[in-house]
Amino acid sequence: MSATPISLASSNGSAIEFDRVFFSLNGRPLLENLTLSVSQGETLVLLGRSGSGKTTTLKLINGLLMPVEGEVRVSGRSTRTWDPIRLRRSIGYVIQDGGLFPHFTVERNIALVPRIEGWDRQRIEARVRELLELVGLDVELASRYPSELSGGQRQRVGVARALAADPPILILDEAFSALDPITRSEMQKEFRALQRRMRKAVVFVTHDLREALLLADRIALMEEGRVVVNLPMAEFRVSQHPLVRAYREAFSGPEETR
Amino acid sequence: MDLLHFISTNRQQVIELTIEHITLAGVSTLIAALVGIPLGIAITRIPALSKPVIGSANVIQTIPSLALFGFLIPAPWIGERAERLAILALALYGLLPLIRNTYAGIRGVDPGVVEAGRAMGLTDRQLLFQVELPLASGVIVAGVRIAAVLSIGLATIAAAIGAGGLGEFIFRGLAMVNNQVILAGAIPAALLALAADFLLGLLERRLTSLQSRS
Repeated sequence: MSATPISLASSNGSAIEFDRVFFSLNGRPLLENLTLSVSQGETLVLLGRSGSGKTTTLKLINGLLMPVEGEVRVSGRSTRTWDPIRLRRSIGYVIQDGGLFPHFTVERNIALVPRIEGWDRQRIEARVRELLELVGLDVELASRYPSELSGGQRQRVGVARALAADPPILILDEAFSALDPITRSEMQKEFRALQRRMRKAVVFVTHDLREALLLADRIALMEEGRVVVNLPMAEFRVSQHPLVRAYREAFSGPEETR
Repeated sequence: MDLLHFISTNRQQVIELTIEHITLAGVSTLIAALVGIPLGIAITRIPALSKPVIGSANVIQTIPSLALFGFLIPAPWIGERAERLAILALALYGLLPLIRNTYAGIRGVDPGVVEAGRAMGLTDRQLLFQVELPLASGVIVAGVRIAAVLSIGLATIAAAIGAGGLGEFIFRGLAMVNNQVILAGAIPAALLALAADFLLGLLERRLTSLQSRS
């Protein structure tokens, strides 16, 4: 996907829009009246506890799920009218622990989308090297298998794989949650720096308020399938909404209240 | 000593029957794989079919082998030649382990990995051939191994309908009440089964070690 972001963004500049979306599974409502938008270059963090509908929301973006009511538009077009394969290849997806293919080397994992998109060998090789460097991995790791890497390295490969075909949109599902605190903090800072340069439309799912505060331009707080609070970072920080306060209290450790 | 003497004086026939035996078991296992593996894949795609398909293969497995040979005799073309009949019957027995292992192997692939593949924009076909089948290959080969060993053992009975193979010696020995002749058929058949088990076991371990790099 080497199309320019301009042609992919819709007229009002939103890369992703949720328009009064309802979703239910086996009669159980999972999302209710969800309205959201993410513009190109913006990082939206979906914050919420397990089961609040964050992952469901992500799957509606890349067409793994379709809304029961309402519409999800990606680059201005309803996910119902997108060819699901094309849609997914234009969205980088990062999951916990990388979701790497265990039988592929690091290089093949990263090259997955470029390869199925039919890039030539030299272009793929150059891109893999570029990406390894971008995510801070030694080029020598290219021939290793995921099992031969540390958790942090696997996660970096996962990010590199998602970025491989330079998609305009990136979605991340608890991407850094399985990492030890130090690696995690490193990855968060690097990702933030990376996003400043890439200016992609990013949706980042987490249950960790600190991570949300570090990465977001805007935070949407989800609870029981609804967006309860949806505010730009600066306003979220000082919001007096009871649920936002509850999060702040839950995440203020003893060292911070001292 | 008598056994060795029998085998060495009938060397030519032992070799011929062994080759026949390998052909019967080999061709039937191949057919079972060509039918069973796609069927196993199909029922992972259409889950409603999994119970009837596995159930039918299960029922075939419970039919006594001599009876199955008998049932197939009226079949057109197949029934004309004893070898065709034997191969079909043996292939039917091999279906169950192949269908079941293919199904279990694919279902056993980490759903997170499959979903990651789907989310990256792999087509169903790419997902099957690049992710699911490679990751299930160890379990599928285990099914081939079970089918092959089963087929080598059952192929001895094919001699009862004149399909040849090492069963010839066993039935002749039974008729002659001569243990040496029985053993001249039984021992090579057992060695064949052990060899198939060992070789396919090696392949299975190799594939399993590749895929369990997770």
